[in-house]
Amino acid sequence: MGGSAGSFSVLTQIIKLVPSEFSLPIVIVIHRQRNVVSEFTKILTQTFKSKKIIEPDDKEPIRESVIYVAPQNYHLLIEADRTFSLDYSEAIKFSRPSIDVTFESAARVYKNNLAAILLSGANNDGTAGLKSVVENGGTGIAQNPETAEFPAMPQSAITFVPGIKVFDPAKIADYIIAIATN
Amino acid sequence: MSNRKVDINEEELEDLLNLVNEIHGYDFTNYARASMHRRVFRFMNDAGFHNACDLKAGLLKDKAIFDFFLQRITVNVTEMFRDPEFYKVIRQKVLPVIASYPRIKIWHAGCSSGEEVFSMAILLHEAGLLQRSIIYATDINPYNIEKAKKGILPLDVMKEYVTNYLNAAGESDFASYYTAMYDHAIIRKDLRENIVFSLHNLVTDHVFNEFQLILCRNVMIYFNHELQNRVIRLFHSSLSSFGFLALGIKESLLFSDIKNKFEAVSSQEKIFKRIR
Ligand SMILES: C[S@@+](CC[C@H](N)C(=O)[O-])C[C@H]1O[C@@H](n2cnc3c(N)ncnc32)[C@H](O)[C@@H]1O
Repeated sequence: MGGSAGSFSVLTQIIKLVPSEFSLPIVIVIHRQRNVVSEFTKILTQTFKSKKIIEPDDKEPIRESVIYVAPQNYHLLIEADRTFSLDYSEAIKFSRPSIDVTFESAARVYKNNLAAILLSGANNDGTAGLKSVVENGGTGIAQNPETAEFPAMPQSAITFVPGIKVFDPAKIADYIIAIATN
Repeated sequence: MSNRKVDINEEELEDLLNLVNEIHGYDFTNYARASMHRRVFRFMNDAGFHNACDLKAGLLKDKAIFDFFLQRITVNVTEMFRDPEFYKVIRQKVLPVIASYPRIKIWHAGCSSGEEVFSMAILLHEAGLLQRSIIYATDINPYNIEKAKKGILPLDVMKEYVTNYLNAAGESDFASYYTAMYDHAIIRKDLRENIVFSLHNLVTDHVFNEFQLILCRNVMIYFNHELQNRVIRLFHSSLSSFGFLALGIKESLLFSDIKNKFEAVSSQEKIFKRIR
């Protein structure tokens, strides 16, 4: 899941609905302000004490039932051996972590076993990423822009990526719970 | 929107990296693939290569193209006093220990254009240790080393580094550490006197000295697991007993096969000590 401005409340709403013993890994990439220490992960872990929410270290193996949050100031990539790798290179579209970077690398590894979800935001990060998810056989989902505090980001994906689904936040949660139980 | 005319697949990438190794002697085959893929892809976009064949041909026939490739394929992003908290811990927990050595030897592996090294020189200077320290700062990328030797940084970013410096418990006037010239800043000469910048490739080069402190931050994240293990062994053999190894804050020794030879000094800041 990738989010930017206005995505925090949607993310928490979705996470809340996902059961703790959820059988898939979830990776969250959220934009934060540069050089301002972000409390995002801390707030999440404090809000959802029963869930395992962590910022992965480099080369950490990806495990089921864990919610991973891309650390601030690094791009988060997924390797073929299902480990994370971090990348401290230039910001892409003013973003580090970049949603495009994570989506693209996940698409290459997970192919049709991937659902990528793009939430509220005020830029167009994630569009190119969703495109490669769909091109690699995965499922692309955008938050219904009408329910987004900042519609630009999901709207951009809807405009430029054919074949993606558009869901309200509650439907997004239903959908990911359904794929995990199938 | 990106128009994907450019493309390279896994096998082509593998081929290309093998070729670069054979022809130019730079072995990137054990770099973390996801990020390597992205960088090669970006290089192709920027340099106008549409497919792996063209790129291979270019790299084969033209040294200048390879030089540009090398410059772009390594990630050179760096900052002074990046992760201020890290520098605080170095001040509090590491410097007092290495201060007991008559001659302090430090190695910055993968130093990029030197920002991290200048930060360390400032810490040593403030602790009164710089005079008897020698800092070896190495990188694979000749372009970085040339830049680092000059000690010149853009003035506007220096202003941003002030905040980092203050957050790293810096108590002096940061501006006194450089001379401003037009839109540039030159790091004071006396701070640079005990620094030796040179080329060193962590993949192929060997132990060259013994150190009380080795810093290798945000370099091994570009390596795969196997190469990381090799390089950590290289560091282990380059450390004096009870010497310190400092990694980037998102790098862990937990996944290394010799993790039991180290002990955490700060697990938060990823500073370790060799214990056997
Ligand atoms: C992201 S920079 C890190 C700079 C600095 N240590 C910091 O954390 O700010 C990574 C550096 O590692 C260097 N590097 C990559 N592969 C290397 C290798 N095999 N041997 C030595 N240096 C290497 C790159 O040239 C680049 O300067």
